[in-house]
Amino acid sequence: MSKKTLIVIGNGMVGHHFIEQFVASSAASDYDILVFGEEKQLAYDRVHLSEYFAGSTHADLAMGTENWYAEQGIELHLNEPVTALNRDQRTLVTPKGEYHYDELVLATGSFPFVPPIEGREHPHCFVYRTLDDLDAIRASAKEGKSGVVVGGGLLGLEAANALRSLGLQAHVVEFAPRLMPVQLDADGGALLRHKIKELGVQVHTEKATTAIVAGENARLRMNFSDDSHLETDLIVFSAGIRPQDALARASDLDVGERGGIVVSDQCTTSDPHIHAIGECALWNQRIFGLVAPGYTMARTLSSVLNGDSDAAFTGADMSTKLKLLGVDVGSIGDAQGQTPGARNIRFNDEQTGHYRRMVVSEDGKTLLGAILVGDNSYYDTLLQYALNGIALPDNPEALILPVSQGGAPALGPDALPESASICSCHNVTKGDICCAIDAGSSDLAGVKAETKASTGCGGCTALLKSVVDNELEKRGVAVSKDLCEHFPYSRQDLFHLVKVNGIRSFRTLISQHGKGHGCDICKPVVGSILATCWNEHILTTDNVPLQDTNDTFMANMQKNGTYSIVPRIPGGEITPDKLIVLGEVAKEYDLYTKITGGQRVDLFGATLSELPEIWEKLIAAGFETGHAYGKSLRTVKSCVGSTWCRYGVQDSVGMAILLENRYKGLRAPHKVKMAVSGCTRECAEAQSKDFGVIATENGWNLYVCGNGGMRPRHADLFATDLSDDELICTIDRVVMFYVRTADRLQRTSVWMENLEGGLEYLKQVVLEDSLGICAELEEHMNGIVDTYQCEWKTAVEDPGKRKRFREFVNLPEQRDPVQQWTTERGQRRPVLESV
Amino acid sequence: MRTRTCWNTVCTVDDLVPESGIAVWTNEGPVAVFYLPHRLPALFAISHADPFSGANVLARGITGDLGGEPIVASPLYKQHFNLKTGACLEDESVRVKTYSVLLDGNRILLETRDTHQEAVAA
Repeated sequence: MSKKTLIVIGNGMVGHHFIEQFVASSAASDYDILVFGEEKQLAYDRVHLSEYFAGSTHADLAMGTENWYAEQGIELHLNEPVTALNRDQRTLVTPKGEYHYDELVLATGSFPFVPPIEGREHPHCFVYRTLDDLDAIRASAKEGKSGVVVGGGLLGLEAANALRSLGLQAHVVEFAPRLMPVQLDADGGALLRHKIKELGVQVHTEKATTAIVAGENARLRMNFSDDSHLETDLIVFSAGIRPQDALARASDLDVGERGGIVVSDQCTTSDPHIHAIGECALWNQRIFGLVAPGYTMARTLSSVLNGDSDAAFTGADMSTKLKLLGVDVGSIGDAQGQTPGARNIRFNDEQTGHYRRMVVSEDGKTLLGAILVGDNSYYDTLLQYALNGIALPDNPEALILPVSQGGAPALGPDALPESASICSCHNVTKGDICCAIDAGSSDLAGVKAETKASTGCGGCTALLKSVVDNELEKRGVAVSKDLCEHFPYSRQDLFHLVKVNGIRSFRTLISQHGKGHGCDICKPVVGSILATCWNEHILTTDNVPLQDTNDTFMANMQKNGTYSIVPRIPGGEITPDKLIVLGEVAKEYDLYTKITGGQRVDLFGATLSELPEIWEKLIAAGFETGHAYGKSLRTVKSCVGSTWCRYGVQDSVGMAILLENRYKGLRAPHKVKMAVSGCTRECAEAQSKDFGVIATENGWNLYVCGNGGMRPRHADLFATDLSDDELICTIDRVVMFYVRTADRLQRTSVWMENLEGGLEYLKQVVLEDSLGICAELEEHMNGIVDTYQCEWKTAVEDPGKRKRFREFVNLPEQRDPVQQWTTERGQRRPVLESV
Repeated sequence: MRTRTCWNTVCTVDDLVPESGIAVWTNEGPVAVFYLPHRLPALFAISHADPFSGANVLARGITGDLGGEPIVASPLYKQHFNLKTGACLEDESVRVKTYSVLLDGNRILLETRDTHQEAVAA
């Protein structure tokens, strides 16, 4: 049987999700699949579009790759708009040709509505929908000082934030009397307005724009119906969306009065071979302008095409939780209280800027909806009550009262029914999670991989963890956090014990809080903690036996027992004179020489007894230890930056040197790498480092917790447009919080993945000081900077410490007979007889 | 025939590092001497050669105890060796040579094969 052809028009988030679902289904083998996209890029995450201005690229936001499509055998036609449908012949037409289909999926999405205002065609008027739109806005903003967003809804406020991040004075103009009129009520809208104003965004409500004309002091002037006006350099329209149904209209499919392709519960249009999903589809007279309902439609349609007669789209929850300009806003279910007989419970604290409203049923037993402004930590619990119809407690007001006033604890994971939806992006219920655990997933990472839960928007991370932990606990799985047989504590526990009790030696710690004499697991951990807390030399008598050999001898042991040496070359900048010294020393001791990935020079093959002599020479030439042997800062890689590069916007080398000199020597749970790029071209590869800094025209963007190596992880954007001082202060806090809370040998990337609350939590701790520890973290870091010493300088000057470097204490001239050498490519390398 | 042995001074107390090891050269080659002041006896000696890599590095490992037995961890691939028996905890088939070691006043004495006497007898 020859294959049928399935064509998907539209390569947005919903279209892509449909493809993902469909290719994984059994029906996929019956079809050749073609995808047509109007934009030149592959599907990308429009929900996080504003991050594009904060340094993200299309690749960061992309949902898939061209390779993936190719591997699935899908024919991808990007940048090829479909211009017509011939339903009789079942073909579609593009500028490049005519294509036959057996089944057609319309996932054409929506387009921004631009109100019919005179002058709206002005070149500095934009919409906010695609990466191309954002590129155009960015170009226009370069020469401008101010920008106006028309529309105070969810997307409008996102756009205002984007304008602010481009350095513009941002204004929001809204026709309704309040912001976010769909999701919020008057009190919530007023509070949001107040908070946004504090952030420097001007809000103008009840303004109807009548015309856009040339301005006097700026490019444009907006005239309003109340005879007032506003001057601005650019305008972004964000006044709602309209379903993209042009193809459907032109081919006489049923469409709604106000737009939208009419679909059945099976997501099929008035033509049985044509289907529609996402924002272009009109179901039950409703358009769903959020991504989660679109995903649900995509899954439904995939099941329908697989012959599942029960599959049906039955509407979707439109609850949303988001951070707008740093302000938490949440809206659940019937937020406006339109259900007959609905009653309200409100909590409004104007002093702290918190507003919460619950809409409950007439009998007070179920939660119909809710509004949150200022604190979304109440959202998950309220959503579960509303979605699952869980009976409210006798004192429902406790659910929105501040915790200190006797508020109810969050709904425990045990109270959730099996059907409770935990991850709405991937439609994962508590029952699915239990199944995954019963099938063998034994930790959070396993459940995530098995169910895909929490891999979409990530909003359910904390809830997922609590469900998984609770279910594992119920099954008797206990994960021991003991470091080793000597200490019944985690690294974080030990850190607190050392710090709080002022413990300065391993012996004291193990006699008071452990048992036995220690081992190669706990000793280096304690050595590192003592170094972080008190910053004493690692070769004091008490500290020597705690260190791994690399730390003990301050060099990296190689396979034949010799060592390699990496002097510090901050930021990779080195004078010719110093480079010559490295060459001369390497030549004198016949050291194999290699350039490292971290812009330094590694000298291999030094014997134990040669190390102090070599370092004497290096120190005399101005070198310091590079800590290549330690669990500490390695290198701060940099590109050449604005000093030389025609694209550079900041002095990346200068910043790299500053950072390297600040954090050098700090002992951490694992090694720490940093990099500074002078522009968004990112030549220093900062987004693969623990701490990555990328220059912007306004300062620095900070990325955290990236990793290269065995398990690459793209760093998370943490803060944008920081000044030099802000950057250092922010890194200080994150570094110290990591050092204090991470597990043994846990890189920042894994630390982040295991951090409860993830990136958002870290931002709260570091940027909002939610734990009230930032001053302490900074003070601790400053103390370490002030007591820095070059360990090698101290060691070579101290005869007692130098004694440690004797190869054989009773026979100084004896060479190690195992160390045999040969020559390869002009350099010495070891020959080691196999044993 | 019983192997002839001899006791030689290999270093002094000042050369030892508490809770750690040092290497000495003997007529049998490199030997690692460990000083664990909180145990009795406090001195241990095993071959300095790491059987897994062939490199002379065991004196530079971290010491401690596992299940109450004194151990050193190889600094290269981290296998543990019992300082009393030389047994490798990770691989039963591997054992490093152990030596008797004594403190005499300020001197550390190590017992090795008497290669000089063996040469004379031959």
